[in-house]
Amino acid sequence: MNHHDLPPPSRRIVLAAAVAIGLPVLWRPAQAMSDVLTGVLNTFTGGAPTREGKVHFDIAPLVENGNTVPVTVTVESPMSADNHVQALAIFNEKNPQREVVACKLTPRMGKANVSTRIRLATSQQLVAVAKMSDGSCWTHTVDVVVTLAACIE
Amino acid sequence: MARTLINAPRTARKGDVMEIRTLIAHPMETGYRAGADGRTLPRDIIRRFACRYNNELVFSADLYPAISANPYLAFQVVADASGTLTFTWEGDNGFAQTESATITVS
Repeated sequence: MNHHDLPPPSRRIVLAAAVAIGLPVLWRPAQAMSDVLTGVLNTFTGGAPTREGKVHFDIAPLVENGNTVPVTVTVESPMSADNHVQALAIFNEKNPQREVVACKLTPRMGKANVSTRIRLATSQQLVAVAKMSDGSCWTHTVDVVVTLAACIE
Repeated sequence: MARTLINAPRTARKGDVMEIRTLIAHPMETGYRAGADGRTLPRDIIRRFACRYNNELVFSADLYPAISANPYLAFQVVADASGTLTFTWEGDNGFAQTESATITVS
């Protein structure tokens, strides 16, 4: 047998090596939405696709007191009769209940900008989602670290 | 009657976007916490808030246990006519409260 000519590495091996090297990077991209939130969003949007953008979810990345966390959600929208935000909601990943708040907006608001104070049971991911009058859905996902948790919600 | 705090301008120019801030005193008991005797305290929250401008619905929100005690809500409304802003809160155990603010639009 002649062992001088080793076969070139097969395509399978090359691909496996590429995946093995790339895996740690791809494993958890920043701001990847958790499966829990994806499921809740699907229910909210009625299966319509969601896109990241237009919505700005303002919350401190490091929360000292989970009992009262100020949040502001702003959506880029002219809020005119034919182009406005119809619904705005916040969902969480790890509180006992997924819903936080669900708002109905109208063009008479002039600006799509809502603030409130929420409870966070632990460090987790939150998502704000806006449903526009044309049917499109936009999201903003944030990760927050909570140092003092709320008394179970 | 729960105490409320409503921050809305008394006067505005037509077309102005006014910021409205509301706060109501309420424990927002989540229904997940244990009391002193170890039993779970029953849920007692405000479930719905609505703001009407001259009887037309402008903004409404469904609240869940994840809203902090003494629910605070701030939002915007376009001033288009003199009249009243009416705020209603409804919740568990038959909780219902209505407050209003008058506004003069020039």
